[in-house]
Amino acid sequence: MINRSDVEHVARLARLGLTDEEIDRLVPQLSRILEAVGKLSAVDTSSVGPTAQVIALENVMRDDVARPSMSREAALAEAPIREGGLLRVPVVLEEGR
Amino acid sequence: MPGTLPLADRTIAEVGELLRRREVSSRDLTEACLGRIARDGERLNTFLAVGEERALAAADAADAALKDGGGADKPLLGIPYALKDIFVTRALDDDGQPNGGLPTTAGSRILEGYRCAYASSAEERLSNARAVLLGKTNLDEFAMGSSNENSAYGPVHNPWDDRLVPGGSSGGSAAAVASGQAFFATGTDTGGSIRQPASLSGIVGFKPTYGRVSRYGMVAFASSLDQCGPLVRSVGDAATVLQALAGHDPRDSTSVDTPVPDYGAALTGDVRGLKLGVPREYFVAGMEPGVEAAVRSAIGVLEGLGAEIVEVSLPSTDHGLATYYIITPAEASANLARYDGVRYGLSAGDDDLIENYVRTRGSGFGPEVKRRIILGTYALSAGYYDAYYVKAQQVRTLIKAEFDSVLSGVDALLAPTSPSVAFKIGAKADDPLLMYLNDACTLPVNIAGLPGISVPCGLSDGLPVGFQVIGRAFDESTVLRVADAYQRAAGFIDLRPPTAYG
Repeated sequence: MINRSDVEHVARLARLGLTDEEIDRLVPQLSRILEAVGKLSAVDTSSVGPTAQVIALENVMRDDVARPSMSREAALAEAPIREGGLLRVPVVLEEGR
Repeated sequence: MPGTLPLADRTIAEVGELLRRREVSSRDLTEACLGRIARDGERLNTFLAVGEERALAAADAADAALKDGGGADKPLLGIPYALKDIFVTRALDDDGQPNGGLPTTAGSRILEGYRCAYASSAEERLSNARAVLLGKTNLDEFAMGSSNENSAYGPVHNPWDDRLVPGGSSGGSAAAVASGQAFFATGTDTGGSIRQPASLSGIVGFKPTYGRVSRYGMVAFASSLDQCGPLVRSVGDAATVLQALAGHDPRDSTSVDTPVPDYGAALTGDVRGLKLGVPREYFVAGMEPGVEAAVRSAIGVLEGLGAEIVEVSLPSTDHGLATYYIITPAEASANLARYDGVRYGLSAGDDDLIENYVRTRGSGFGPEVKRRIILGTYALSAGYYDAYYVKAQQVRTLIKAEFDSVLSGVDALLAPTSPSVAFKIGAKADDPLLMYLNDACTLPVNIAGLPGISVPCGLSDGLPVGFQVIGRAFDESTVLRVADAYQRAAGFIDLRPPTAYG
């Protein structure tokens, strides 16, 4: 079962803002969904390996050669905040933090 | 009779023939679709963007090519179509300036007005086939939904009855094709998002094998399941569009480098000698009697055509839903981490890094997307990872193995597409679990990565019903052969909503 503080904790992990009303709605909904998907615990998988995807492709590599890529202007055109030829982001590392 | 339908409601095969005989022009077809979009587009809320001028210019260019005798090897030359608005369309030039291309939203506020700097493989391949892009269709936000009620831009209405959902998540594509607003449209199918809306809207929807079609430029939902495919009016048209879309693309590392057969050659109309399995677990309690009757009758038609019908069992079917609703939210929560308010899309503009993420994502994502991000993050978080995520990956192994085993004894499987016909807008919106049940018959096919098509098989309470043909991995040809033979014999190829004649 999932409670309010679980949802708040997971929302922080996901960097997802939720209002109090949204949390109120999510707690019972997620509890029911988790109860439904939790039924898998009854399936015997003791001798079964996991499948991440169903096709047999692994580690698809390409040749390490230089190719034309997107122009800087095109790559930056949709940036919410830019400075010159760069994306501007809030401070990531601060002194004393 | 096909010939009596208005131009906008005919199949690609029919109008393609008229184009090559120069009895109609691509401009005629494009104007017919634009006329339907003008008449019904707003009411049904099918399109999120329409590029009228560009479409007419592409149509005129196609007409010039047809005049020079082109088109014999290009069955989509001059055919107007729509892209689900989850396929990016190039809208910027190399200098980062708008080039007149269409924006991409994925049905989300977080991408409102987003102009992409590159074209998706779908746009590129259909453009190379000289099809005429009309616009981008409405969808459930990030393809998460079965009713198209989760779009940030409002629900899509079913052309058969405005009060009903068209299915989802490719609801705009399904409604557009069903109502003559496009001759075909692309969709994406993670758990049924092509087949279920096709079923509820009375058209054909085909999800190819995982790996058959490039997903480059297709906004990701659940990467181990997502696949691109066509929504069309006939199985023959499905073969034509798949032919243009299929094939290896080095830009998608999950696209498989295997030969693409001639799908048209599979449409023999002959199913004699084929062994078709009917999995008993797909006729579930709670299925509408009218749906079951229509699907059973379709199976009878194929038997009458000389196919051998055998009952088979896929005992893990019941675990499909739980497996799916662990795997897809988990993958979605990781995929959606890219919407960070830094590089493109909505940004709260907060000076604090974490606050900027939290506020951008909190205001940009809708309720279903938030529900799945929380669910997926929970399933992947410390202490729950093995119990949920690893467990679901193990059950996926079981489901896949059962399909492989059954399909080693039969050529294809026959099953319902959806347990119900189209339902009222709002009827299931407050109950996520009830909504998720819509995909119980389609999502196991994604879990196993197999090709599946939904074909109309009649009406129940005046509303369309579809059934599925499911095949072996990369054996789209047999799926198309069975579905086409059924469609030719059963005649629901002319099934159109009342609007087609209005």
